[in-house]
Amino acid sequence: MSADGPSVGHRATAPGSIRQAQQDPAWVRWGLISIAITVVVILVVIPVINIFVSALSEGFGVYCDNLFADSDTRDSIMLTLTVVPIALVANLIFGLAAAWAIARFEFPGRTLLTALIDLPFSVSPVVAGLMFVLIFGLQGYLGPFLRRDGYAVMPYLTSLPAVVVFIVTFFLLQPRREKERRGPWKHPKLALLAGSAFVFGLFCFGQQYFEVWPRNQSLKIIFATPGLVLATAFVTFPFVARELIPVMEAVGPDEELAAVSLGANGWQMFWTVTVPNIRWGLVYGIILCNARAVGEFGAVYVVSGHIAGQTDTMPLRIEKLFQEYNLPGSFAVASVLTLLAIFTLIAKIKLERKVPSADDHPAMRNAPEAGK
Amino acid sequence: MKRLFAAAAMSALLAGGVAATETTLLNVSYDPTRELWRDINANFTRLYEKQTGIKVTIKQSHGGSSTQARAVIDGLDADVVTLASYLDDDAISKTGLMRADWIDRFPNRSLPYTSTVVFVVRKGNPKGITDWPDLVKPGVEVITPNPKTSGNGYLSFFAAWGSVIVRGGSRQDAIDFVTRLYKQVPVLDSGARGATTTFVQKRIGDVHLAWENEAHLEVREAKGDLEIVNPPISILAEPHVAVVDENVDRRKTREIAEAYLTYTYSDEAQEIFARHFYRPNNEAVLKKYLGTVFGDIQRFPITAIARDFPDAHKQFIGEGGVFDTIYKPKGQ
Repeated sequence: MSADGPSVGHRATAPGSIRQAQQDPAWVRWGLISIAITVVVILVVIPVINIFVSALSEGFGVYCDNLFADSDTRDSIMLTLTVVPIALVANLIFGLAAAWAIARFEFPGRTLLTALIDLPFSVSPVVAGLMFVLIFGLQGYLGPFLRRDGYAVMPYLTSLPAVVVFIVTFFLLQPRREKERRGPWKHPKLALLAGSAFVFGLFCFGQQYFEVWPRNQSLKIIFATPGLVLATAFVTFPFVARELIPVMEAVGPDEELAAVSLGANGWQMFWTVTVPNIRWGLVYGIILCNARAVGEFGAVYVVSGHIAGQTDTMPLRIEKLFQEYNLPGSFAVASVLTLLAIFTLIAKIKLERKVPSADDHPAMRNAPEAGK
Repeated sequence: MKRLFAAAAMSALLAGGVAATETTLLNVSYDPTRELWRDINANFTRLYEKQTGIKVTIKQSHGGSSTQARAVIDGLDADVVTLASYLDDDAISKTGLMRADWIDRFPNRSLPYTSTVVFVVRKGNPKGITDWPDLVKPGVEVITPNPKTSGNGYLSFFAAWGSVIVRGGSRQDAIDFVTRLYKQVPVLDSGARGATTTFVQKRIGDVHLAWENEAHLEVREAKGDLEIVNPPISILAEPHVAVVDENVDRRKTREIAEAYLTYTYSDEAQEIFARHFYRPNNEAVLKKYLGTVFGDIQRFPITAIARDFPDAHKQFIGEGGVFDTIYKPKGQ
């Protein structure tokens, strides 16, 4: 809150205490500062430098060999580069949808949904991994079925996106003016329901009829890439939504309402009004999500199965190299993750200045209550 | 229609993928065996291709032995398991993934190699440790992982217990010995690797109880700072190998999996075991390395101190077992 708002009176006592804190004797100030610096140097700076020193201890050539000559390490880098983007895209879609729902609508269970989004923050990643083992493991609920005839679910799974595509197309093709809406658009609810059912049925039946998927084959979820994606997506899913909800609430629905009242359809409103307003929050969320996803260890550890060159992501690879007494190798991979973290940090600091806060958004300044 | 074609093409690809994986084996093993199996795999795949024309790729998975067993139980598609302890194979077998007679499928109770527990001490052996009773001399600090959470931990416990019992000591003598022994353990790490780090990197303790092969790696890694002491008596470690019946039958890899494990008994493979500091099953090969690589240790089987491994674990390590009664965590 800026000082020119109604909060001035509320803060009347603040300047006095601030002045007092600033007038602490020099030794207190310098003592505190040096304690802070010492702690940061010991806990952060030295270990980080040590990673690079250890990684490069046998020369740059060996460092490159450690990273790229070992096929298992190479595969682990590739696997991380596969798993993380998929998890990221999934979280982006989910985060947008959740933030939209929570910031724009009042509905029963809204608070519960907000709390549930935060669940992965409070659940230990190992527990998250075990949860997937319980669901997809051979001793779990779906395991025996997936092993017997796992691909049988694929027609249903692939038909769902088809239905989503149908619904989106329906709205895109829908004439903007009420008068032009004829035929199916006269009864949109009925048309959507019937159309969705038809599309779903057609795709399901089609895939089964042409036997698109192999029969009686086991579909691997855990101990394979899909499990790694699921685990990574689960532990990182609050990031995008968490970043977006406050931004969307701060911006408020006014501009969107204006756009709609001027004749924009949903799609236009989303791309030309909503996205530009929330873009820095979005990028910020993606960066945080990415940083966490790349480094994820606990949940992935449980569902990985540790197959060298197949289900070992970079953090798992680091652990394995360490176990094998290959310290330069493990530090080499660790240095890549550290570099990534440093880049993330820089990007985060740069972006932090651009994320619109409640104070500097025009809509907010004029109407402090908007979006509440 | 286009979409259908795409889907059909994709499924053809998938089916092709399935066909190609027919010649992939997954060997699920415990932690320090990675180099070992990599050597054996390279030799086996070469030989098998020469003999049958079939190209096999063998994937490896390594982790804590019990964790690995748990993963196989939960659906990790292992064709063969080469775990550290009978307990882990037994756990898999109990879920029906392996038939109950798994242990009799390969020679020597499915043991192509064995191992034991030895001592690693600081250079020059300053505390003069040569035998089990030396471990409880005043001022000697022993490093060994927690028997409750680590395979190495309980094997060391059994070795210590057996060192008393096999030499004619009574149960009470054995209890006294392990009580004193675990009083001299400054840090009880949860896993084998943690214990090694404590001993080597943090330089805590005078003697580290370790599997023979890991002791050799540790000494080699320390470049002269450590040395191995072979106690006159220790336990026979039995890392069994087995084919996971359910998986090989479903994946139609039984023939290759069995050929693979049979190969581990060949002279060539037995040599590889010895080179990686595992004691080969083949007497002739073992004799070649005895005295140079392997110390002359009288190794007693688990049956010397209990009915079998599950029984030993229940008696000594399990809830309310001997370990619970003798060990008080530090600071209590």
